[in-house]
This record gives sequence, C-alpha cells and structure tokens, in this order.
Amino acid sequence: MNESLVTARGLTKRFDDLTAVDGVDFDIQRGEVFGFLGPNGAGKSSIMRMIGATSPITAGTLTVFGLDPYADGREIRSRLGVVPQENMLDEELRVRDNLYIYGRYFSLPRKVINERIEDLLAFAHLEDKRTAKVEHLSGGMKRRLTIARALINEPELILLDEPTTGLDPQARHILWDRLYRLKQQGSTLIITTHYMDEAEQLCDRLVVMDQGRIVAEGSPRSLIEEHSHREVLELRFPVGTQESALLKLDGLAPRQETLADRVLLYVDDADRALAEVSARGLQAESAVVRRSTLEDVFLRLTGRSLVE
Amino acid sequence: MTTLPLRIFEGQALNYTQVWRASVFSNFLNPVLYLTAMGIGLGSLVDRNPSAEFGGLDYLVWLAPGLLAATGMQSGAGEGSFPIMAGLKWIKTFPAIMNTPVSVTDLLVGLLSWIGVRLIMICTIFAGVLVIFDAADIGRALLAIFPAVLTGLAFAAPMAAFTSWIEDDTGLTMVFRFGIVPLFLFSGTFFPIEQLPDLLEGLAYATPLFHGVELTRAAALGIESALPVWQHVTYLVVLFAIGARLAQRNLTKKLRP
Amino acid sequence: MTTLLARVASPTVRPSHRVRHLLEHNLIVYRSVWWVILAGFFEPVFYLFSIGIGLGKLVGDVPGPNGELVTYAAFVAPAMLAASAMNGAVYESTFNIFFKIRYGNTYKAILATPVAPGDIATGEIVWSLFRGALYSAGFIVVMALMGLVESPWGVLALPATLLIGFAFGAVGMAATTFMRSWQDFDLVTMVTLPLFLFSATFYPLEVYPEFFQRFTQFSPLYHGTELVRSLTLGTLDSGLWVNIGVLVGMGLAGSAVIGRRLERLLLS
Repeated sequence: MNESLVTARGLTKRFDDLTAVDGVDFDIQRGEVFGFLGPNGAGKSSIMRMIGATSPITAGTLTVFGLDPYADGREIRSRLGVVPQENMLDEELRVRDNLYIYGRYFSLPRKVINERIEDLLAFAHLEDKRTAKVEHLSGGMKRRLTIARALINEPELILLDEPTTGLDPQARHILWDRLYRLKQQGSTLIITTHYMDEAEQLCDRLVVMDQGRIVAEGSPRSLIEEHSHREVLELRFPVGTQESALLKLDGLAPRQETLADRVLLYVDDADRALAEVSARGLQAESAVVRRSTLEDVFLRLTGRSLVE
Repeated sequence: MTTLPLRIFEGQALNYTQVWRASVFSNFLNPVLYLTAMGIGLGSLVDRNPSAEFGGLDYLVWLAPGLLAATGMQSGAGEGSFPIMAGLKWIKTFPAIMNTPVSVTDLLVGLLSWIGVRLIMICTIFAGVLVIFDAADIGRALLAIFPAVLTGLAFAAPMAAFTSWIEDDTGLTMVFRFGIVPLFLFSGTFFPIEQLPDLLEGLAYATPLFHGVELTRAAALGIESALPVWQHVTYLVVLFAIGARLAQRNLTKKLRP
Repeated sequence: MTTLLARVASPTVRPSHRVRHLLEHNLIVYRSVWWVILAGFFEPVFYLFSIGIGLGKLVGDVPGPNGELVTYAAFVAPAMLAASAMNGAVYESTFNIFFKIRYGNTYKAILATPVAPGDIATGEIVWSLFRGALYSAGFIVVMALMGLVESPWGVLALPATLLIGFAFGAVGMAATTFMRSWQDFDLVTMVTLPLFLFSATFYPLEVYPEFFQRFTQFSPLYHGTELVRSLTLGTLDSGLWVNIGVLVGMGLAGSAVIGRRLERLLLS
C-alpha cells in the first residue's frame, strides 16, 4: 500500500516574475484520492501540469512513478489520465471519434480502442450520444466525455483539474458518483478544487494551498478537528448594526471571524451559543447553526475565503 | 523517431473527412473560375497586342502556372495558420494532445506532413484544370505539382511559426492583408516583375512567391527560370527549414510552459 | 433606412433610437484595433496597382461603357471600388455576424438590455455602411490623385458604393439567418468569387460570348460596377436607372427577409 506514485520536494514553478508554486513537499500513495484545495491562483493547476509532464519544473525535485518528468515525459504521460480544467474536446468531431483519436495518440491498436470505447461510453452515460457532435452536448456531458477520454489508456494515475467547476448541482452529483466508482475500483486520483464540499466528499487526504505554498495537510476530518471547532454559528445582523453587535459578542466564543456580511462564531455547541446570543439581548436577522467545514479551516489558516 | 507523428496525421485526416466534399469542390472551382476570368477573359484583351513580355505565349498559358504557384502559397499559408490557431486557441486540441505520449516535435511533424498531403491534393486538382484548359500537357502539368507544393510548404512552416507566436488572430488578418495578398498580386503571377518600378522589382526578387512562380512556370512551360533551378529550390527549402525550426520553438513555449 | 426596416418588420424586431448604442458599441470595440479597419482600405488599392497598372500597361486602352476608349487603369479602378464595397458588406453581414452570435456571444448580452433585435440588425448594417464609406472615400481620393476620376460626377461614386453596400449587406444578413454552420459559408464564397470575377470587373462585357452577356445582367455586382464606372468616367445615360433600381430592389428584398427571420437568428 505504501507505494509512493508522486514525490515532490521543494517543488517550485516560476513564470518570469510570478512564483506560482513556492517550494512544496508532498507524497501521493497508490490507491488514494489526493486533493489540492485552494482558491484560484494558489498554484494547483501548475502542480498538476508539472505532474502531468507538460510543464518543466523550475526548482526542487519531482518524480512520477519514480521517473523524472523532464527526461521520461513520454513514458509518464502514457501511464497517466488527464482531465484538464478546460475540456479541450474536438468540438467538430463526434463523441466516438474524440475517444478514438485520443486513444491513437497512445498508440493503442484500433481493436483495443473500439472495445474500450463501448465500456467508456457506458461509464460516462453517453451511449446514446455516440455519433453526436461534441458541440451539441451539454456541459455535464462534455465533462463526462473528458473523463472517459482520460481513461482510454487505462491509466494508473488520474489527474482531475477542477472537475466540476462550472457545472450545475445535478451534473456535479452525477460526476461525483462516477469519480466514486473509480475510487472504489482502486484508482489513484489527484484532484484540484476550490470547492470544500468536493474535497470533503472525495479526498482521502488533501493539502490546503495558498499563494503557492502548502499551509496544511491531512484527511478532511483531521484538518477540521485540528484547525477548527466542531460547530459554527453564523449570524447576520441588519445593515449598519454589525459593529455594535460585535461589542456585545465579546468573549462568547473561543474563536470568532468577522466577514463583510456576517459573523462566524466557532464553538463546540452552537445551539448553546445561540441561546447565549439571545440572552445578551442581540437580535440577529438570521442565525445558522452548522458543522465546521474545510472552508472554515481555510479561513482560519489564511484569513480569507476559498471562493471570492 | 516514433510513429506518433502518424497519429497526428490520422487525427487531421479524420477531421478532414467531415468537410472533404466541399473542399475538393472549391479546390476545383477556384482555378476554373480564375483561369476563365483572367486567363481567357482578360487574356483576350492582353493578346490583342502581342508583347514579348509573355514570351510569345497566350496570356492564359503564361498565367496558369503562376496561379498554380500562388495557389500553393495561399493554401500553404492558410493550412499553416488557421488550423494551428484552432488547435492552440479556438478548439484547444493541441493542449489536450500534450497530455498523451505525443511530443511537440511529433505534433509539428504530423501537422506539416498533413499540410504536405493537402497541398499535393490541391495542386494536383489544379494541374488537372491546367490540362483541361489546354494550358499544359499532362507530363508538364504533373511536373509543375512539385514546385507548387514546395512553394506551399515554404509558406506553411513560417506561418505555423508565426501563428504559434502571436496571441490572437488579428495578426493573421494582417499577414494575409499585407503579406499574402500583395505577394499574390506583385510576385510575377499576373505580369512579369520587370513591369514594376526598379525598387519594387528588386523587392519582388526577394519574395518567396517569385521563386515559386519561376520554378512552377519553368516546369509547366519547359522554359528557363530566372535563376538556376537549384537556387530557387534552395531558397524555398531554407525558408521551410527556418520556419519549421521556429515553429518547434514557439510551439514548445506555448504548449510546455 | 431605419424607416424602411420599420415598415417591413414585426414590432419586436422594429428598430428604435437604440440603434446608436450598437454603433457606439462597435466604435468602442474597434477603437483598440483601428488598424484592422485601416487594413481593409488597402486591398482594392493593391488590386488597382497590380492588375490596373502593372498588367494594364500590357493591356492598353479598352472601350468604356459608351464605347469610348479609356486606359485600362481607369476602366478597372471603379470596378475595384464596387467590388470592395460588395466584399466588405458581405463579410460584415455574414462571417462577422455569425461569429459574433456563435462565439462572441456579443448579442446575448446586448439583447438582455432594452436593445431589440431590429436595433442590432439596423445597427450592424449602418455600421458596415459607415466602414464602407470610409474605404470608398479613401479609394476615390487615390483614384483622383492618379487621374482616374475623369468627371465631376465621380463624387457620386461614394453614395453609389453605399447603395451597393446596402444591397449586399441586406441580402448577406438575410442569408445568414438561414446559416447553420461554418460549412454553409463556403456557399458565400462560391457566390461572391464568381461575381467578383465575372461582373465586367476586369474587362468589358463585349469580351464574353453573347449568351454569357445576357447572363451577366443577373449579377447585382455588374449593375454596381456599371453604375460606379459610368460616374467616374462621366458616361451617364438612362441605363443607370436600371442599375440603381436593381440594387435598391435587392436591398429592400433582403430587408424584408431579415424582418421576418431576424428573431429566429438572434432569439434562439
């Protein structure tokens, strides 16, 4: 089990005067789903491209399957499946032809590709769309086709860059279901996302990234336990009254975050905290009691929200 | 050397199967229209006062190989630009391909070989039209395909280099408006460059289309070219080689950031 | 022309004062790429210098519309002017509009405002006429400098090219309402290229066999070329009213089709 597929030490990527990835260390084991969680511009996609052997590293070391992405890029890419942030499908070709020609780039024999296409179309729920042109597919269908395309070479490791960004909730759930299946089949997945729910649902282990650096690492649960309290009380006050309300909240919770539109109280028992708020004579316009999430972890570690 | 360029070739061919009917039709129609309008129509005016400029030939016969070379240029420039802009930016098939074992060099070799095959198709159809118009006999028309294809490649590779260097397509519009169109009109296609003012005549000598036209005309008509054949050929081959090298560099910058 | 569209269009596509917002929009878009606009001016000039002058020297004089001999350059120049008015209008009303709908999503955002489909159609046609007028004026100046405008009537060549632009712009946009994919646009080139080559542009009609001559009467560009050529050479006769009538009729017919089908194009 403890076979490391990807190892990075001091991994750095610079573009001219911008440092996208700033000396990060991580190990990704065979069979796990590993996540990079962070806002746009945190350096997640740059890491994905370096692992995918499509972008040379600037400094540090990186091995994929024990190989050097620079010297052995072709070998690495032949064992990877990549779902890029943009689909990059050939819109003018039919669904089937997109899978076919992509398989050919891996030098797979026609017969093998044709067999796999049937399985992949079933996996991606696109059996009826076999001969449709890609430009006529919905956003969710295109995304599933892109995932099917990444599986044509039966990869040992699958890279998914923001797999559900831009999809509606229903399409996201269908996609998550497909990714779950891959996970259960024992595939190794690397996912970048700026959705904390996605990271919580899918990842065994993840790193939280901010401005090119890793700020925390662990399983979703351990990260929440380590960096946040069990529950959160979200209070929204009428416009213009938040300032005065803050004074009265003083000392109520062990940790408190003040956002532009609401106040978050981090506590072990949010219902009791809410009772205490009322007892202090405060009238919140709305009050929400919920469990801590990775969003709260990120807020704690960086002082900023994931989705801005 | 791998067989992966062949896969790129296969992908381009698969795309072409979607449009081949319209494409072949217009590859045939264009020379027919131009030769009818300019060669026969305008030619009837030109031939009223026979002049030594056209080597004592009918204007149609003199013009036709020039148009063949110019068609090679336009097709090469077109195939070397818009499909590459589409692959890099509009449809983004190239970045997707970069996630497979295919390398940048495989990609470029595959693309250029496909362009070569397209040029052979286009120029062969044109050569057929030459024969139909009785502007050349079959043997010479077939021989003229080679320099026309070479002309096309000498434009395709530098255009691919330029396309993979610029950020958006306004640059392409400019190259066609201020590069390809003037070359088409002033490089000895429609009239001998001796008709140009001296300064422009010298400039015309330096243009790649002039060399392509000279070669193609020499092949189709069995006449002497302006310079020895090997010099014209060398010029075009060097242009192709420089273009291909720059295209490889620029594509690497775009696709392997 | 606004009132013209108003008469043939249904209420939802009827243009309003908001037309000017679209013009303003295009002005802002093109302000940063003004040199693209400038570039369009050069193509007919290149043709004039190449075919008209370079080859023209070897052609000699040719008979103008009234049979009098004129230099080849003076014969070809007005045809290049008319043809570029056609090409510009067709390009704007077909490729460019289709691209804006398909990829630019320009209109989707605009249609979410009080601007109606009719405003967009009118605005685009007026815009392309404005662009065309700039090109034409520039080209007429070049012609004048080269001594190719032989009559004061030549000033009227400018409105004549606007009429050509209107006729082809309206029909082009009407055709675009029927287009489904880029492949359909091959048809556009298959129509404009023969028109460009066979509308008495490069040589007088008499060069053709008689059957062909009669056929050319159906080419709208032939009527445009004859109109502009008669004006710059100063050979006016009553036949010009036929030329004008054909172009006006074409523009009206195109506008009527646009009025009926515009919603299908823009509100899908």
